[in-house]
Amino acid sequence: MNSLSNTSTQTPRKWLNMVNLLKAPSIILLLVWMIVPLSMTLYYSFVEYNLLYPGPKLFIGLENYSYFSTDSAFFPALFNTLVLVGSVLIITVVLGLALALLVNQPFFGRGIVRVLLISPFFIMPTVNALIWKNMMMDPNYGIFSVISDFFNAVPINWLEDMPLASVIMMVSWQWTPFALLIFMTSLQSQDTEQKEAAQLDGAGFWSIFRFLTLPHLARPIAIVVMIQTIFHLSLFAEIFVTTGGGPGFASTNLAWLIYRQAFLAYDVGVASAGGVFAIILANIVAFFLIRAVGKNLTE
Amino acid sequence: MILNISQRKTIKHWATGLFAWMVALTLFFPILWMIMTSFKTELQAISQPPLLFWEATLDNYALIQERSDYLKYALNSLYTSVGGTLLALIVAVPSAYAMAFFPGKYTKDILLWMLSTKMLPAVGVLIPIYMITQMGGLLDSIYPLILIFALMNLPIIMWMLYTYFKEIPKEILEAARMDGATTSDELRHVVMPLSWGGIASAGLLSLILCWNEAFWSIQLTASDAGTLAALIASYSSPEGLFWAKVSAASTMACAPIIVFGWFCQKQLVQGLTFGAVK
Repeated sequence: MNSLSNTSTQTPRKWLNMVNLLKAPSIILLLVWMIVPLSMTLYYSFVEYNLLYPGPKLFIGLENYSYFSTDSAFFPALFNTLVLVGSVLIITVVLGLALALLVNQPFFGRGIVRVLLISPFFIMPTVNALIWKNMMMDPNYGIFSVISDFFNAVPINWLEDMPLASVIMMVSWQWTPFALLIFMTSLQSQDTEQKEAAQLDGAGFWSIFRFLTLPHLARPIAIVVMIQTIFHLSLFAEIFVTTGGGPGFASTNLAWLIYRQAFLAYDVGVASAGGVFAIILANIVAFFLIRAVGKNLTE
Repeated sequence: MILNISQRKTIKHWATGLFAWMVALTLFFPILWMIMTSFKTELQAISQPPLLFWEATLDNYALIQERSDYLKYALNSLYTSVGGTLLALIVAVPSAYAMAFFPGKYTKDILLWMLSTKMLPAVGVLIPIYMITQMGGLLDSIYPLILIFALMNLPIIMWMLYTYFKEIPKEILEAARMDGATTSDELRHVVMPLSWGGIASAGLLSLILCWNEAFWSIQLTASDAGTLAALIASYSSPEGLFWAKVSAASTMACAPIIVFGWFCQKQLVQGLTFGAVK
């Protein structure tokens, strides 16, 4: 009895130290990874610093910020960023849900269908962009133009006429399988007895979906929204490979605008100010998102 | 004609199947078309109407290997993906374990903060990272990429592992502790065997994300440490219609990870649920 109570008073302290020792590396690494570049970006955003004009880095206050935010591309870029994330989220969640419901039915060759459906998720964004830019959307030789020829319609010059929609299409194609993967697994754990009972009571497909399936999927949907927002807020590769932000600023998002400023105009100061704007936007989105779905995640 | 229930069921079964197959083939079509195009000549690749039957050629593949040394880029992709994933797992497994089994007052806040660091756009810190890498003389080297990949995926891996560990019943651990197991015993002999599934799927997702990562590889590498994603991006310049060659390069860049993904589908899904499936 004595020895037992002894261990129970000793263990908590020993455990606590060990536990903190285990927790520490990941926290410290991420903290450094966040703080060092962040403070450098902050510093650069307040000085005059252009790689083309070497010289002392003079403190110029908020000039970089006002320059970046009065750039005629600033508001289009901000708007495009939000449209891009929002549209992709809606498309992938709706399509992912529909596909998950479909694949959840029994039919022949379901395994292969599933494999085909999730494949786009494994494709590199750069390859994804190249496939769509060349072989699908090319106004002369692309599959889409072949289809519109077949219907005697005028082929659309996708990347010129609807650049943002084209990028949204590519990204949605890649990420719908991700939503599908998560919804599919979640549907498999749904209570079938409950569903059968509802069916016996005369509930139709829609009411079962609305009152049983959708509530069951609340958490997976939250996860899909969360993870995808993280990835799409700073979407880069697809724009880099296809539209280059154009024509004009039609497909420029915040990430691309900053990239352009830093690596095409060599203006580190202004680009850093843009980086700070992007970080602020990300924080606003993160704040709302974590409030909306974060609680759902940690329960 | 009146159909009985089982006949109706069969019809529904076939109709669903047919529809599902059509949808699946449509969504898979771009990939299929890429693979088909890679076996055509440049002229066949842009022929109108598109060729469905032709004599396949392997010339594009030979040319790609010859011109851009595919193998070097593939190895860079492999080293950075595996290196980044292993590094992240080494850090994340003990941390996630500690957080799941001995949560402190702030554990949940810390986890949410970790996830929120992923929302910081990479471009926001591109310049500092570029400069630090340059100062260290490590531009176009795989080591900074390995570190960045590890840090980039650490929050998501932490999340996946945390939710996975949390599902392990605490009683088992208590029993082990009663038997005098130390922390490391516990981790190695109790937690690890029970959570291979979660660790594997976190690792798999991380491998896929690293392999496909384009932003940092495009910015920080050139010909020495270039990964396949960066190699493909270099084909985007409008130097004319080389669809067949681009397709061959793309197919070679994606094939390893697609085949890998197909084989590991079940494993991957297991941990992708982030604890969403109860």
